[in-house]
Amino acid sequence: MALTQRLRSAFGDPLLVILILALSLFGVAMVYSAGQLDVPDPLVRDLWKMQLVWLGLSFVAMLVVLRVQVRWFEWAAVPLYVLSLILLAATLVIGEGHGTAQGVKSWIDLGPVMIQPAQIANPAAILMLARVMGSWREPPRSLWALWAPLAVVLVPMGLVMLQPDLGTAMVFTAILVATLYWAGAPLGLLFMLFSPALGLFLSFETWAFSVYMAALIVFLYLYRVYLWEGATVVTANLAAGTVALPLWNSLAPYQQARLLVFLDPSIDPRGAGWHVIQSRVAIGSGGLLGKGFTLGTQKRLAFLPEQHTDFIFSVIGEEFGFVGTVAVLLVFGLILWRLARVAERVSDPFAGIVVFGIFGAWFAHVVVNIGMTVGVMPITGIPLPFLSYGGSFLLATYLALGIVERIAAEQGRV
Amino acid sequence: MDAFHLHARRRRARGAAAVLMLGLGGLGFVFFQTQVLKNTAYALRSEANRLRPLPIPAPRGTIFDRNGEIVADNVPGYALSLLPGPRDSLRSVLDRLAPLLGLGPDRIDELMQKSRAAPGRLLLVANDLTFEEVSALEERRALLPGLYIDMRPKRRYPAGDAVAHLVGYVGEISQAELEDPAFEAYEPGQLVGKAGLEREYEAILGGRPGVRYVEVDAYGRIVGPLGLRERRVAPVPGRDLHLYLDLELQRWIARIFPDSMRGAIVALEPGTGHVLALYSSPGYDPNEFVGGVAPDLWSSLNEDAAKPLLRRAVTGLYPPGSTFKLFTAAIGLELGVVDADAYMPIPCRGGMQYGNRYFRCWESAGHGFLDLPGAIQKSCNVYFYQLGLQIGLDRLLSEATRFGFSAPTGIDLPTEAAGQFPDGPEWYRERFGWRPTEAEVLNLAIGQGPNAQTPLKMAQLYAALAGDGLVRPPRIAATDVGDDEETRSLSISKRHLAVLRDGLRRVIGIDGTAHVASLEHWDLAGKTGTAENPHGEDHAWFVGMAGPKGGDPEIVVAALIEFGGHGWFAANYAAKAADYYLRRKHGIPVDTIQTLRDHLLAGRPVPWAEWR
Repeated sequence: MALTQRLRSAFGDPLLVILILALSLFGVAMVYSAGQLDVPDPLVRDLWKMQLVWLGLSFVAMLVVLRVQVRWFEWAAVPLYVLSLILLAATLVIGEGHGTAQGVKSWIDLGPVMIQPAQIANPAAILMLARVMGSWREPPRSLWALWAPLAVVLVPMGLVMLQPDLGTAMVFTAILVATLYWAGAPLGLLFMLFSPALGLFLSFETWAFSVYMAALIVFLYLYRVYLWEGATVVTANLAAGTVALPLWNSLAPYQQARLLVFLDPSIDPRGAGWHVIQSRVAIGSGGLLGKGFTLGTQKRLAFLPEQHTDFIFSVIGEEFGFVGTVAVLLVFGLILWRLARVAERVSDPFAGIVVFGIFGAWFAHVVVNIGMTVGVMPITGIPLPFLSYGGSFLLATYLALGIVERIAAEQGRV
Repeated sequence: MDAFHLHARRRRARGAAAVLMLGLGGLGFVFFQTQVLKNTAYALRSEANRLRPLPIPAPRGTIFDRNGEIVADNVPGYALSLLPGPRDSLRSVLDRLAPLLGLGPDRIDELMQKSRAAPGRLLLVANDLTFEEVSALEERRALLPGLYIDMRPKRRYPAGDAVAHLVGYVGEISQAELEDPAFEAYEPGQLVGKAGLEREYEAILGGRPGVRYVEVDAYGRIVGPLGLRERRVAPVPGRDLHLYLDLELQRWIARIFPDSMRGAIVALEPGTGHVLALYSSPGYDPNEFVGGVAPDLWSSLNEDAAKPLLRRAVTGLYPPGSTFKLFTAAIGLELGVVDADAYMPIPCRGGMQYGNRYFRCWESAGHGFLDLPGAIQKSCNVYFYQLGLQIGLDRLLSEATRFGFSAPTGIDLPTEAAGQFPDGPEWYRERFGWRPTEAEVLNLAIGQGPNAQTPLKMAQLYAALAGDGLVRPPRIAATDVGDDEETRSLSISKRHLAVLRDGLRRVIGIDGTAHVASLEHWDLAGKTGTAENPHGEDHAWFVGMAGPKGGDPEIVVAALIEFGGHGWFAANYAAKAADYYLRRKHGIPVDTIQTLRDHLLAGRPVPWAEWR
């Protein structure tokens, strides 16, 4: 009992740390497996050692963050947010491509390491949102009340879109939804906020768009919105429907291809569809129990692209089968559930919003990445937390974990 | 109400848990579909991804001649193929191979086209690599993804030029052949008989290729054989083919055939129709054709004025000239219009008047009165003009057609030319637009007019005369496959056959047109012919038979030498071929000095002949 008490006061939620550490070690093993190819690729073969070093560094960094009071994060939110905007802006000028997404200039070369400013911008935006919404006296009642959090997210998100990095933009969206939800924004308000996005997609079918608009107006009437508010929502939806086509045409060809291939991978089996098809073959051929650790043939024979980063989950699916994928999904479920539990127990609005923002970000990463490997999400090139190879992202997730644990620990002390 | 009251937080956490379960549960469902429900399909896809079926060529059957000598066999060769892969990488590999193998841009385009036509298949690039070339390629293997080198049997024709037109050659199956239902079981890249016996007996010689699987990676690099787990189906080797051909005789004919002259010599066994030799000159080396002809060789063969690719023995059509007179005589005898010892009303004075035209004999001095054997011996035109008139045009046309002068021989080769001969008066109207007068029979009776035959056809019909009067389809291979041709009877009585043969014997005797061809050990009989040739010197014909003295003929030979002048020139070579065959058959030492002409030129005595 005494030990549990001590652990809890040090870590806040020891189970969360144990789950994440176990998953990270499993991730190192999978990065090792990803390097086991029949025609060895010297660039990938020894990456698991690097990942292990990064894991150690990240764990130490988490311990350091545990020493920092939550109030300091609140204080640091503004400078961190400004710094992240500066880095994002700089990326547009001196950014470089990396890995699969050579066309996406999202990395900055700092000599010994490459950093991805988007990975700093995500937590910075969470802290900034928590700071803005944590000071609300009451939940927002109209769209107008949402201007501040919207501005906080849209500025970095716009910069990320310019890179253009669709995956990170999706994570920003998830963070905004999660934090607004935790700050008590009514679901109807959230729907009104995101309805133009729905209008954008539906506008490709005229009849669907008409039905949708009618339903929207009925909803607005029943929801008793302000007249100006309803007018804004309708106008925004109509505008979205109108700009859909020009917007589509403004996408880079590879982005269009990825979205189209997402709908039907077989239109380009050797090109843009290759990733999805080969990933699905890897996962599907894994069957119930998998082909065995390091023995996945799709991976060994290099049919699986980016097997150590974006498609690490395909390796898990191929080598450990359905049992393995369900186990990993369960662990992710437990981790995210623990995050929600921490947020639930925290009475401080700022701290609660931070934890739930992290929940939203990780959940988005998990669903978008894993969904991509099996073809239910477009290919966006965002990593899978704790499993994908990548030092800076691992460090960022452990820093976030440190914040969560500190919050949980402070709550425990109160 | 406080937005962050404990109850509010709890409610939101429950909502979050619901979304969490929905999201992860949805993913779990998709994975269940992919990994459990569709596992079989994806497992097959993954196997197909990594395993490439590679054909193991079946060794073709060996071809033996009648004495067990090898006409065609296999030696180990190296073949270079490329595994299927992305088109641009295929192209760059071919570009890198080009300097090593001497591939031209045309050849590369052709290969790219071939890979387009058969995607996912092994692309055969070259199947005739030397060991040095193979080592050079192996050193650069890392730069050449998809490279696949295997040992496969390579066809060899030890007799080379001598058998070129007869045996044919093998080559990669063409697109047109692949679409042919006859080649249903064949795959791109497979070798197939392209001509000659190789083609005719493909079903026997070809066998069935096997298959083995190798594991390849996404870049088309072979990762390794599957070891003990390797799945393979062994090829079924082709069956051997035994020929009636006498390869030594064929070689001998190729050796004695006058250098730089064109023509053909065909030797048949009377009574069976077995082909003992089938030679056309000039030839080419079929070994150069195996697995693809070099383009410059192909064009030089095609542009050569001597047309070495022409199979003169079976597709070369020549006016039979005087060799046809024997059939005019046979028709006359059988129809009863002439007796063997009867004279024609008009003696030969170097020609005769018919209608408003004077028809000449080749001997302007004239032959006087001749009986039938004498007319054959002297090849007297005037005698045969009158015989033709007595038979009449219609009867000559119908009888000669019955003999088979407008039909193919039915030999076991993929293609042959049918004889050209009017099968009735209507033929003239269809072909030339006029009805022949009775004067036409004068031309036809001496083997002129619209009459063109192959050396093989003449040999086939003389073989019937030499034996029992039955026309048999010539057979090269000793097999039942395709042996559905029936024999036909010329319907000539034994007595009349004897008369005709007596005439043929006298051609070789003193005062005969081919006395220079007479042989020391054998009875030679035959008929010379001179085919009028508007392009230059006349073509020389001789069709005859030979056997032990006083015995039945054992070999029938037809010889045609383009621009050879008079028939005796051809008779000399036909006789040498017959002599060689009979000497070996009867155990008499072979000599290059064979005919009377050889002996005279060599200054040797000629005890068997009377030479004035």
